[in-house]
Amino acid sequence: MSYTLFILLLPLISFLLIGIVDLDIPKTGKVWSHKVAGLIGTASLGIVTILSYTTAYQYFFCTPRLSDGTLPTLVPYNTTWLPLGDLHFDLGILLDPISVMMLIVISTVSLMVHIYSFGYMHGERGFQRYYAYLSLFTMSMLGLVVATNIFQMYLFWELVGVSSYLLIGFYYTTAPAIAASKKAFIVTRFADMFFLVGILIFGYYTQSFNFSFAGTVEYADNVAHFIPCNPETALVKNAAMTVLPISLVLMFIGGAGKSAMFPLHIWLPDAMEGPTPVSALIHAATMVVAGVFQIARMFPIWIEYAPQSLSIVVWVGAFTAFYAAAVACAQSDIKRVLAFSTISQIAFMMVALGVCLPGHGEHLNHSGLGYMASMFHLFTHAMFKACLFLGAGCIIHAVHSNEMALMGGLRKYMPITHWTFLISCLAIAGIPFFSGFSSKDEIVTACFQYSPWCGAWMTMVAAMTAFYMFRLYYGIFWGTENKEAHAHHTPHEAPWTMTLPLVVLSVITVGTGVVTTLGGFLHWEWASFGSIVSASGIPYTVHFDPVVASVSTVVAVCSILLATWIYKDEKQPIADKMYAAAPRLHRWAYKRFYMDEVYQFVTHRIIFARVSRPIAWFDRHVIDGFFDFLAWGTHKTSALIKGFQSGSVQTYAFWFFLGTLLLLLIMLF
Amino acid sequence: MDYSQFLNMQAELSLLAVIVILFVADLFMCPDGKNGKGVYNTCLPVVLLTVHTLLNLCPLCHEAGEAFGGMYQHTPMMSIVKSILSIGTVITFLMAHKWLSREENLVKQGEFYLITLFTLLGMYFMISSGHFLMFFIGLETASIPMAATVAFDKNRYESAEASAKFILLALFSAALLLFGISLIYGVTGTLYFDGIGQAVSNCEGFNPVMLLGMLLFITGMGFKISLVPFHLWTADTYQGAPTVVTGYLSVISKGSAAFVLFTVLIKAFGAEGLVQAWDQAFLWIIIASITIANLFAIRQNNLKRFMAFSAISQAGYLVLGLMDGTAQGMTSLVFYLLVYMVANLGAFAVITVVEENTGGITIDSYNGLYKSNPKLSFLMTLCLFSLAGIPPFAGFFSKFFIFMAAFNAGWHWLVLIALINTVISLYYYLLIVKAMYIIPNDNPLPGFKVDCYSRTALFLCVAGVVFLGICGIAYNFIDGFAYGLDNVAKCCMDAVDCCCSQSCH
Repeated sequence: MSYTLFILLLPLISFLLIGIVDLDIPKTGKVWSHKVAGLIGTASLGIVTILSYTTAYQYFFCTPRLSDGTLPTLVPYNTTWLPLGDLHFDLGILLDPISVMMLIVISTVSLMVHIYSFGYMHGERGFQRYYAYLSLFTMSMLGLVVATNIFQMYLFWELVGVSSYLLIGFYYTTAPAIAASKKAFIVTRFADMFFLVGILIFGYYTQSFNFSFAGTVEYADNVAHFIPCNPETALVKNAAMTVLPISLVLMFIGGAGKSAMFPLHIWLPDAMEGPTPVSALIHAATMVVAGVFQIARMFPIWIEYAPQSLSIVVWVGAFTAFYAAAVACAQSDIKRVLAFSTISQIAFMMVALGVCLPGHGEHLNHSGLGYMASMFHLFTHAMFKACLFLGAGCIIHAVHSNEMALMGGLRKYMPITHWTFLISCLAIAGIPFFSGFSSKDEIVTACFQYSPWCGAWMTMVAAMTAFYMFRLYYGIFWGTENKEAHAHHTPHEAPWTMTLPLVVLSVITVGTGVVTTLGGFLHWEWASFGSIVSASGIPYTVHFDPVVASVSTVVAVCSILLATWIYKDEKQPIADKMYAAAPRLHRWAYKRFYMDEVYQFVTHRIIFARVSRPIAWFDRHVIDGFFDFLAWGTHKTSALIKGFQSGSVQTYAFWFFLGTLLLLLIMLF
Repeated sequence: MDYSQFLNMQAELSLLAVIVILFVADLFMCPDGKNGKGVYNTCLPVVLLTVHTLLNLCPLCHEAGEAFGGMYQHTPMMSIVKSILSIGTVITFLMAHKWLSREENLVKQGEFYLITLFTLLGMYFMISSGHFLMFFIGLETASIPMAATVAFDKNRYESAEASAKFILLALFSAALLLFGISLIYGVTGTLYFDGIGQAVSNCEGFNPVMLLGMLLFITGMGFKISLVPFHLWTADTYQGAPTVVTGYLSVISKGSAAFVLFTVLIKAFGAEGLVQAWDQAFLWIIIASITIANLFAIRQNNLKRFMAFSAISQAGYLVLGLMDGTAQGMTSLVFYLLVYMVANLGAFAVITVVEENTGGITIDSYNGLYKSNPKLSFLMTLCLFSLAGIPPFAGFFSKFFIFMAAFNAGWHWLVLIALINTVISLYYYLLIVKAMYIIPNDNPLPGFKVDCYSRTALFLCVAGVVFLGICGIAYNFIDGFAYGLDNVAKCCMDAVDCCCSQSCH
């Protein structure tokens, strides 16, 4: 399957081509030359998508399973990029169930976004630059998921961060976009620093960066080599358990930064300053789940050497899910609502990974349910959240604003957007026969197995999800129509380039939902996501827990009805009453519980004023002075020895001879 | 006599064929430069030499062998180094086109190619030598024609002066070297590198005469590589010689000598006590080379003189790979050589085209070059960044590998001093970048179109600078053929064991 190399090479080539070559061919006229960049990018992505699907087909259906029923891990391509003695940095392609699944997700969503951007970015300045960045991002993200080792993952991880920075700051003439791109880059870089430290600790002790999960024992042996201990197996494992949890938690901090977990989430809402298709691709479907993917990738090591530390993941995830859902209930900017919804949903995936403990109690046969559910939710979420964002893009395209107050009653003007948006809202709310139901239900089931409190908590967050999504839905498509705004600019449906991706994504959402829901109830083995992706690699069928399924369905329906009751009509007396009853709570939630202000305070008042300023003084006066002195000294010495180079051959021979004698003396004594 | 051993000398024989063809072809060239004959003149040697390089790279010659009873040695590593040198020569020829098309040079075009290729042939024999006589013949074949190329602009006073200085000091160092070789012969009774190695490891105690012989060998090579304190000719010669020849001198001649130094030290002087001795000597030579050259480079305004000091300090880094003495050291040395070659020749290519087209050769004249020649300035910047060792260009990785090799061998302080010097070198390389981009100048050098030969040379160099950095394949490839002290020591041990068992029987 060496053709998988082209999955990385094609976007790279199209990035270089679009990014460097001036495609403004004068003869072809303005309209045509405008589109060349987009066509090149879309064409290369189309081929990448075909290759990804071929890879998936070959991998899942044509590759023979190993004797224990697991899918083999294939490495079609691997090369040593930078040798460092025993350690070496490799670049390669690794195919296993999760990386192949990610290939599908990334290429599908990216292709949709490429097509959609034709319409959305039409006539925009920097159209070519935009497509170059998109190609760069796609290449980096694909490289991240197929990484054969943690270092390659880090390399592409940073490339993804750079392309995200470039795309958030795409409208670089507007101040908020600049601020948002800087914020995103700084916050994620701050988190990445921990990731890097984690990688270095990991590499130092295990003497390997490679993901070789078959031999996790090998890691333990290597760690034991560094920490002197009795060579009995139990003790060897103990040695590994003292070091590896630290590095894994540090890596998790890096992942939390990318995946916008509390308190490192502050960059994601601001990142919505970028073009909306970019938000759909990067800040909803692909890049932000890199943190989840990273934990899933390192999961065999987590489970083997740091099972207790997984509870950190659960706590962070559970709190973030609730916090983001609470904030989402009060936002008025539709992209902000979706951003917080994304944070909350990613937190669901994190929690699911954290609660996944194999051999937990009597549910031995359910081992690894959380892992599977997390990956499944990653897949379904990518599809319906991309659809929601792209729909939001259509709405913004029509209304020219992000504010819900200027919308309302749009269902008459934009039928396709309306229906696809509704489907995605039903999916994210967890209504049966939509894809979100199956995945979210499995997460909640896994949480209940972990602890009833956790399950109850996540059910509550799921209810909040259904509520705020339908608040958003009714606010846009029903509710009070802003007649004044619509009077001199009637909203209209978007062109086909923009609606086609919406339809495709919602078809995927419904299709996945119908198949997996029926499969879950009727016990079809082939229809279960767990048959291809699971923690241990051994396929198993998910059986819906009827209690959990019915409870979560009822809760979701109730929340939707509540939202309908409050927000559907033109007049919203209940909403006004709620606001009047707790204005402060609303204000707090609207202001995101003042997290940005807390950051401002900590960075400006404490770090900048109390720490940085004295250090800056020291740097300017002491360290700079020292280096000025060095530079001065260098110049003086240079002037001092210039006579050495006299230009006469006799002197040269003399120095030659003298040097030889001196060296002889050095060698003799 | 078994003639198949000539097959081992494939590289030398094919180069000799190239020389003969060029020699004959030169008779039929019209020297008046009409009817595009000049183009034909540059094309022929470039094409022939390229074919020769490709032949050299083919897998056939990746087998070790020897000829003439061990006088001539051949290993895959040697053929890699020879290929690197011949690629560098191809680039030099491409650069030389514009210079050789000058009216006064048209008649002499053929001579330039022939003389240069003779020096290259000498270096080939030097690299492949297994015996000190062979080595010395190769060395002199390389250095005497070199003086002729330095004096190629013989009507120019500086060129003649540079050549005189070069030949006088070359004679001086050759005399010392010969004296050293005779001392070595006196002690060991053989001139074969392997024989010397065995004789030294067999004899007990510490022989000062042997030490002196080795030191004189080091000084001879130090002269070729232009290490401090044997470097004083460098600046004057580099400045006076034609720019193309300066490029050739600073890379090809230097690189071959550094490689030979490494192999001979390992083969002949790899014994226990001697290694410590030459380590000590090189410790001081490297520190002096890097530091003093950097201090001088800061003050220069003439670009060729500047590049001379830059080349001396780069030679210091190059020899740093020697301190390790292992296979890793050899790989990093050869990789450094390759990367240094493309970056340095790239810089010289820019200097040559600017000089040929506008006459500007000082750093001041480069002020504001960016405005009139943006592409050239950019290429120059890439090459200088690589020379300074800024990631992600190749120079960073080559420095990194060489520092790592020395660090692993335990030379922590030396690496630290080298690192500090990297900062100084960054300063003076950036001086040129600053001149080109930042210093305002209303009358920069006029813009011009670069001829296609120089374009090809520039393209090759920049491609090397960028791709050798990103792809680690070249390093891994070289690493596959490297050998160092550990292997040789093992061979010696085997030989000693063999002798012992024989004497027991």
